[in-house]
Amino acid sequence: MNEHEQYAEDLALYALDALRRDERANIEQHLATCAACRLELEQLRGDTALLALSAAGPRPPQRARQRLLGAIAREPRTVSLGRTDQAANHAAQEARQERGIGLWGWVGWAVTAVLVVFAVSLWQENSALRQTLASASSQVAESRREAEELRKIAAPIIEPETQRVTLVAAKAPPQPQGKAFYLRNRSSLVFLANNMPALPPQKTYELWLIPVSGPPIPAGVFKPDAHGSASLVNPPLPAGTEAKAFAITVENEAGAATPTAPILMMGAAGE
Amino acid sequence: MAELYDRYSSVVYAVALRVLGDTGSAEDVLQEVFLQLWRNPSAFDAARGSLGSWLAVITRNRAIDSLRKRRPETDIEDVVLAVSPDLAGEAELARASQKVRGVMGTMTPVQRSALEMAYWEGMSHSEIAHKTGEPLGTVKTRIRAGLMMLRKAFQP
Repeated sequence: MNEHEQYAEDLALYALDALRRDERANIEQHLATCAACRLELEQLRGDTALLALSAAGPRPPQRARQRLLGAIAREPRTVSLGRTDQAANHAAQEARQERGIGLWGWVGWAVTAVLVVFAVSLWQENSALRQTLASASSQVAESRREAEELRKIAAPIIEPETQRVTLVAAKAPPQPQGKAFYLRNRSSLVFLANNMPALPPQKTYELWLIPVSGPPIPAGVFKPDAHGSASLVNPPLPAGTEAKAFAITVENEAGAATPTAPILMMGAAGE
Repeated sequence: MAELYDRYSSVVYAVALRVLGDTGSAEDVLQEVFLQLWRNPSAFDAARGSLGSWLAVITRNRAIDSLRKRRPETDIEDVVLAVSPDLAGEAELARASQKVRGVMGTMTPVQRSALEMAYWEGMSHSEIAHKTGEPLGTVKTRIRAGLMMLRKAFQP
């Protein structure tokens, strides 16, 4: 559908951690600038989680549960324990100097103080975790609903089987037409074209974002289908670029870094 | 934590055991995954997916690291996945598990084995191509197509 396809297979391998180091770096570089591919990677990770299900087997032995709960009970909270230790030692020293109470008595109290603070910190941690759990299921349901809504909104725009109809004045011949929807603060761009003339072999249309200052920025290549329709969704774009206009040229199949004259179609970006 | 453990330990243990093939090492990974969740519960972002799926992904990655005797390569906070079916509860887990095995059953043997080598053995695409004697491009295509079949089966 668009140039993200070229990353599709590598993204699947990336989600499985099955790429070579150099290929991984290449994908990570692309991911840094491409929201669509980041979204696809999240989807792919969800798919690999499904794969995990084919492993359902025996339950872990009971001793594993005891071992984990034992380890958690022993797990030190480095920061709070450290502070408490110092405070307890300090208190014990002062007390010895001022009141002359025996060392071992105070050590006992200090240890008790440490244990109390430790227990409280464990309890807090536990209840935070419980809260996270409780909100998790409602958040999951909510985000699932939102994702479904978004999918419904986006489907007629980007699905290839969508019927695209351009209405023009009766008896007027159909004109090539492109519409760009650009959200600068998210570097998000959806572009739809209709009635585009067929291209010569080895050629492609290229969309350009003309910034307020600086040279035109490539915003994706596309080839119209048999009905002259095409779309581009979230091509990689530099963050936060303000668009003055969008333009279309015909380029060689791989696309170009600078536009080749003539400009076939152009539209100024309104506010 | 005990509640979380009771709910998800079966998935975590099964994944670790399948990768490592050894109950002792699988228990170690089980321990490590739940301890990490205990130490850093905020690493899991509930808005982005189900805890069961997230744990499955973390576990598989840790088990592969352990299999390859390498240090953990991914930070658990970097693992973000799309909203997917929650794997909590025996019944839901069993149903989903059966469905996944059904989809795997419809794949051609070469496709299933490419996917399994990548997922369960942590083999890279070039290692798989070398082992099967198939072109790199074919292996890549098979792996992605396999994942897409799974995705499609679980789409609402």
